[in-house]
Amino acid sequence: MSTTTQDEGSRRDFLYVATGAVGAVTVGAAVWPLIDQMNPSASVLALATIDIDLTQLEQGQQITVKWRGKPVFVRYRTPAEIEAARNTPLSALPDRNARTGNNPSADASDENRALGENGEYVVMMGVCTHLGCVPLGEQGDFGGWFCPCHGSHYDTSGRIRKGPAPENLPIPELAFDGSTVTLLEQYKA
Amino acid sequence: MIMGGIPQEHYEPKTNAEKWIHSRLPIVGLALDFLAFPTPKNLNWMWVWGVMLTIFLVIQIVTGVVLAMHYTPHVDMAFASIEHIMRDVNGGWLLRYIHMNGASFFFIAVYAHIFRSLYYGSYKAPREVTWIIGVLILLLMMATAFMGYVLPWGQMSFWGATVITNLFSAIPFVGDAIVTWLWGGFAVDNATLQRFFSLHYMLPFLILGLTIVHIWAFHTTGNNNPTGVEVRRDSIEVTKRDTLPFHPYYTIKDLFAVVVFLILFAAFVFFMPNYLGHPDNYIEANPLATPAHIVPEWYFLPFYAILRAVTFDILFIDSKLGGVLAMFGSIIVLALAPWLDTSKVRSGRYRPKFRLAFYVLIVDFFVLMWVGGMPAEQPYVLISQIATAYWFAYFLIILPMLGVSEKPEPVPATIEEDFDREHPVKSAKGMGDAVATPAE
Repeated sequence: MSTTTQDEGSRRDFLYVATGAVGAVTVGAAVWPLIDQMNPSASVLALATIDIDLTQLEQGQQITVKWRGKPVFVRYRTPAEIEAARNTPLSALPDRNARTGNNPSADASDENRALGENGEYVVMMGVCTHLGCVPLGEQGDFGGWFCPCHGSHYDTSGRIRKGPAPENLPIPELAFDGSTVTLLEQYKA
Repeated sequence: MIMGGIPQEHYEPKTNAEKWIHSRLPIVGLALDFLAFPTPKNLNWMWVWGVMLTIFLVIQIVTGVVLAMHYTPHVDMAFASIEHIMRDVNGGWLLRYIHMNGASFFFIAVYAHIFRSLYYGSYKAPREVTWIIGVLILLLMMATAFMGYVLPWGQMSFWGATVITNLFSAIPFVGDAIVTWLWGGFAVDNATLQRFFSLHYMLPFLILGLTIVHIWAFHTTGNNNPTGVEVRRDSIEVTKRDTLPFHPYYTIKDLFAVVVFLILFAAFVFFMPNYLGHPDNYIEANPLATPAHIVPEWYFLPFYAILRAVTFDILFIDSKLGGVLAMFGSIIVLALAPWLDTSKVRSGRYRPKFRLAFYVLIVDFFVLMWVGGMPAEQPYVLISQIATAYWFAYFLIILPMLGVSEKPEPVPATIEEDFDREHPVKSAKGMGDAVATPAE
């Protein structure tokens, strides 16, 4: 009698656990699509990388491209702007990291941030590193960008020079073939 | 019986028709017993906010449902559809202004309701569950209001949404993945707007459900009252000496308060409908240009101030995460008040030291509201830090300590005793036939 009950009990226990386990997996499988639907859709992901044709730019011209919902500054610099950026010693910079996705450990010299044979192009996020406002071009004490929200000044290389912002304007991870730049991934420190 | 502890005369079906329905669905009895619920006869004007909140919930749901008939949740059309409501839809301007200002008045009422409960100790045993559900309703209200503010797709909508959703990036390791998941993209965009619209429509019904549970809970324990002394429940006769049926006594009293509050509400809706809003929200959202000052709606300012007060790292917690934890913590301490308050006396009316600390808390709340709207610079940062410290000190230090150190004043033995002292002539006459004595 007692052995029979025990056998029945353990068999029932097994069924309880097995049913519970299958139930938990089923609930998980049913809930997952409800959660996953909130992740970026294929149409959003399709625009996660973009190409920017730099040959469309004239010297001294700047365009703002929307990438992943945020502005990207693309500027074809004048020789004077390049010279101003290159003549700035590293010791004058509050943030000495280049903040570039391709080489996160590089120093903030203009050569490490600019693109093109003579460094005529700069491509970087147009989001102030202080509180995320969008800086204005060709303004500020250093002829680069100026953020109107809390007065951060960036130079012609997009490096922070004065004001509350802690870091240089970040450069996304990108590929450059001489004429077209492809934005690949956001800069991560 | 359904409503629990307080003895009350229940509905008895008399005619055959009444008996027929009552034995199948006792809904008439439920409604009539609810209306006749024995309510303490000494409730003051601070006990009108619950009814006020219910009415505003209904106003918001009704105006919201009709606004949704004209609104388009798409980044290209949302802003224009709001102007369509304002200019083209018959009476659209009125519906939208009622809905907009209704949110503000909803929060005025809820803050009054919360501070009433804090003063009279309504959160204390045995009403902890009512209180916790109330805090959940507050959180849902905040989520609903926040998402609703995003829908017009103005500059404040967009940048407010950006700042607030970015808070979740402070969570270690998974923060960025969570933010991308909330956005449905790499920034606040169409996917975000559409889900916010869906949730903004759904959450109020969750609030409605929780409101019913909230009422169920305090009908089980009975209402608190200004003395904090419990209604006697030895028998129906004894209970009647402490209480009045909710209808008609409190329905009429609350109705009067509602009318007065609605007059104030109408003054805003008709004469200053945009006073509580921000002009920047009449500029369409532009992800490429930030407004100079991003300010949340006034009812979020105290919590926004607490968020920004943490400007320093605490051990391994950086200031950003610290601010987020402080903001959520400021509401969690509210939820824990029933266990943090050690005093055996429920009502602040008989607690002199508590009263002082409480009034400072009220001032503190308004100070936080003020600094929350100021730019993040000195002296506002320091003021917000002091005010934040007091908010936490009130719940975590003052409430536990006062219960031990304070000598409370004498508490009346019964509600009836307190009532008779306040209204000597009328109640002396009413003593014999207890029931019929009006509150005033």
